[in-house]
Amino acid sequence: MSQLIKANAANVRFEGVSKIYGKDAIAVSGIDLDVEAGTLVTLLGPSGCGKTTTLRMIAGLELPTSGKIFVGDEDVTDLPATQRDIAMVFQSYALFPHMSVQENIAYGLENSRMPRNEIVERTALGMDLVGLKGFEKRLPSELSGGQQQRVAVARAIVLEPQVLLFDEPLSNLDAKLRRQVREEIRELQISLGLTVVYVTHDQEEALAVSDKIVVMDKAKIAQIGSPLDLYERPNSVFVADFIGEANILGCDVIAHGEGKSSVRVDGYEFDVGNVIPADKEARVAVRPRNIVLSAGENTNTLSGKVKKVSYVGSHYEYTISGNFGEIFAIEDSGLPIKSEGSEVSITFKDGGSCLVPI
Amino acid sequence: MFVASSAALRLPRTDPNYSRLLIITGLSTVLLVVTQGLSIGIRGWTTGWLTELFGPLEARQYGMGYGGLIFTMSALMIFCHGLASRPRKGADLFVTGAIGLVTAVVAVFVFFPIFIMLMSAFRTEDGGGSLVLFFQRLVESKLWQVDCLTGAGSCGVAVNSFLLAVSVGVVTTVLGLCFALVIVRTGFRFSKILRALSVVPIITPPFVIGLAIILLFGLSGTVTTTIADWLGLNPTRWVYGFLGVMIAQTLAFTPIAFLVLIGVVESVSPSLEEASQTLRADRWTTFKTVTLPLIRPGLANAFLLGFIESMADFGNPLVLGGNLDVLSTEIFFAIVGAQYDQSGAAILATILLGFTLIAFYFQRFWLGKKSYVTVTGKGDSGIPTQLPKRVAIPAIFIVTLWTIFTFVVYGMILYGSVVELWGVNNTITFKHYITAFGLNWNDGIVWSGAAWDSFWTTMMISVTAAPFTAALGLLTAYLLTRQKFHGQNAFEFGTMLSFAIPGTVIGVSYILAFNVPPIEITGTGLILVISFIFRNMPVGVRAGIASMTQIDKSLDESSATLGASTWATLRHVIMPLLKSATVAALVYSFVRAMTAISAVIFLVSAEYDMATSYIIGRVENNDYGLAIAYSTTLIVVMLAAILLLQFLVGRTKIGRRHAKLEAI
Repeated sequence: MSQLIKANAANVRFEGVSKIYGKDAIAVSGIDLDVEAGTLVTLLGPSGCGKTTTLRMIAGLELPTSGKIFVGDEDVTDLPATQRDIAMVFQSYALFPHMSVQENIAYGLENSRMPRNEIVERTALGMDLVGLKGFEKRLPSELSGGQQQRVAVARAIVLEPQVLLFDEPLSNLDAKLRRQVREEIRELQISLGLTVVYVTHDQEEALAVSDKIVVMDKAKIAQIGSPLDLYERPNSVFVADFIGEANILGCDVIAHGEGKSSVRVDGYEFDVGNVIPADKEARVAVRPRNIVLSAGENTNTLSGKVKKVSYVGSHYEYTISGNFGEIFAIEDSGLPIKSEGSEVSITFKDGGSCLVPI
Repeated sequence: MFVASSAALRLPRTDPNYSRLLIITGLSTVLLVVTQGLSIGIRGWTTGWLTELFGPLEARQYGMGYGGLIFTMSALMIFCHGLASRPRKGADLFVTGAIGLVTAVVAVFVFFPIFIMLMSAFRTEDGGGSLVLFFQRLVESKLWQVDCLTGAGSCGVAVNSFLLAVSVGVVTTVLGLCFALVIVRTGFRFSKILRALSVVPIITPPFVIGLAIILLFGLSGTVTTTIADWLGLNPTRWVYGFLGVMIAQTLAFTPIAFLVLIGVVESVSPSLEEASQTLRADRWTTFKTVTLPLIRPGLANAFLLGFIESMADFGNPLVLGGNLDVLSTEIFFAIVGAQYDQSGAAILATILLGFTLIAFYFQRFWLGKKSYVTVTGKGDSGIPTQLPKRVAIPAIFIVTLWTIFTFVVYGMILYGSVVELWGVNNTITFKHYITAFGLNWNDGIVWSGAAWDSFWTTMMISVTAAPFTAALGLLTAYLLTRQKFHGQNAFEFGTMLSFAIPGTVIGVSYILAFNVPPIEITGTGLILVISFIFRNMPVGVRAGIASMTQIDKSLDESSATLGASTWATLRHVIMPLLKSATVAALVYSFVRAMTAISAVIFLVSAEYDMATSYIIGRVENNDYGLAIAYSTTLIVVMLAAILLLQFLVGRTKIGRRHAKLEAI
């Protein structure tokens, strides 16, 4: 894509990092984290979980209360943002309103005291890379939201940072643009081989772009894994529910096998593809897509009543109630509709459910 | 000291001893200078026990010069450097240094003189100190009696000042609100003129309006004589006193209230009002339940400003007061009068300070932590709501009346400056201008006019003070809004405190504190420059805070992640976005320095006479023509200066949407 702009991708490591505001407002509590060079890692979690604070500590905008932070094996814990080789794309883009697109992109290069001709060259390349050629002289206020976002990205990558940070970069864009921009970011990251740490609260966005997702909850890391890991094998009720809306049902574990267990929910017995220690209490998590509904009563099923049906284009959404509580299920539009109030029997697809500890 | 700090510089920066050594040497040197400065006076040691301890001194203390200044500053910076390089604090050298600098200068030029003044309020005639006597004099009935309210006599000085300040505060706030609402929220045809007009009283020396009032309503004033002829009455001196001073102050300070309120009214987010309207509230209900509560902090601010300005005003009561004694004039007469009652002046000044501090505190307490900030980083596409008719019509009515009145007053000033002798001989003449600003040609220009000396002094001092004032104010604002540090609240309170200190008090405290070593600057131009800097700095702080809170903090952060140091960020990102605040601060401090009288009157000397004190002198000799001609010239000069500055600094181009209001 370009000869001049390359990645000096480095890894990021957190060792027992905590951030406490004031006396006892704990934002981040003793987290360990490893971001491999050249990968895109997402910090995902509900608002207030500490993900943005974590990101800002990588940037050096916040200094940790305790613990150590390494970038490319160099201890940067005490370095301020200015002295770290890191660039960041802000949620609000933070483009300087009094500078043109070109001046915005050149700003970081000028601060690194690069020779003039290289600044010009790199700025042009950066604009090329994000498709903003011809907009050099515009002020940020004369650009659309999507274009402003690209300026912010260009401004960051021309610095060839060791790590590139994104703080909810898509939250100010409309839904259609969001998908497009996130794909562009991912493409850029792969083609330049950048190390990217990306904060979002949108699980779909996280699943779509990440090599690895770090799910955070209440200042701690809940689970780290690939998108597939997290979706298929959540290690807690929180993760199961946060990523892809699982149905969480109470259950009895009736047998432990080799890599699988037998489970009973309200008389329905089935196998799940994981084991949890016998002394731990467990719930079973089932994705809405993995629920099979059939009319009438059958053997070894759950039975319930359709409480609500909604048509959302590609599929139907069902809410079904029964002795087990409520289940949320999804079926493709092609299948026959179960009308509200009708009795249905429910089974789970093979391998479509798993046990999670409480 | 130098040995220790240079030893420290050899150590690596990460070594904890590096910062420790710098902190210790820096701090101890500063303390040493301060102790030495304060413990030795003109006649040797300042306290008895030091004399006993070390025996009498042969040398006296001399005023500290620039050498001392540089030495102390370097020590201070070494201390700050030490603080900044403490490990794990993430402190920035520039920020720490700036905090240290601001703290030090505020301590020396605000707190130290006030402290000295308070001390001298306790002093008795024989030189001892007495708490009892202080309280006796503090509660004297001469100060506090309220007989005028019951109609049984006159009120005390303190009561007069208080009543005057409250009424002026209320009236200016109401008028300022009317102006702001009419300009922002109605399509009133003359809005532009009103906005321009509001600047004029700011560039008017405060007592000039008093003079115009005399020309209109005085014993031989136009209005007085006309009405007296018409009704067949004898003209009276009714305008001299409470009412006259109040009218003059209202004319003078309404623009200040207006400037505060227009900012607040403009910052009310239109979408809040639009939301209210979609929730079934009509314009009047919206105004009453949304707009008005949102601008309440602005109202409190405007009132406070009017209150403090009125308390501190010296010129108008002097010119128009008649038998009305107020604190500011009494303080002046206690110092310059025959009795030269230093501690009396100090006591009056303490009371004055007490009033303004209470007002200041009350305002902060009342507004408390309520956040009314409606300026967000997000774009607001709403359009300001029109005023409801029942507010708009009376407001436009009041504004029109007041504007006409202002025009008449300024017409009088202009006319008065070219009249031979007001009320007696109404021939048009330029003789006052010639007396003041005559130029002769005699082997080069001869500045033969009587006013040239004070004019050039004033220009020089104002021009010197303005950039310092703006820089210090904006720097402080930057520290307060953009940085987090220990003792930030105290820092903010300290810097804003000088805002609540009336000029008269500054004047008295400066002569008490700075006519003796270690800082001996009475009678110099420097003391005038310094007094202007610290008197006007809080306005720079406010202007800076107001604009900086509107700049998204992520701009600083992105600049930092793009490798810019704090200083570079300040220079390339913050400053360009603050152009209008910078202009405001520069203009304001220049104009205030040109027109100030209350502190100046104490600090001028034969060599450094200022325009305003010269004019007051002319007024006291009943030389109204010259005084008014001089004032008119000042107004024109300031207007030119403002336009020039606006042109030079320019505006930041960032491109915003502007909503057009329909005309009514």
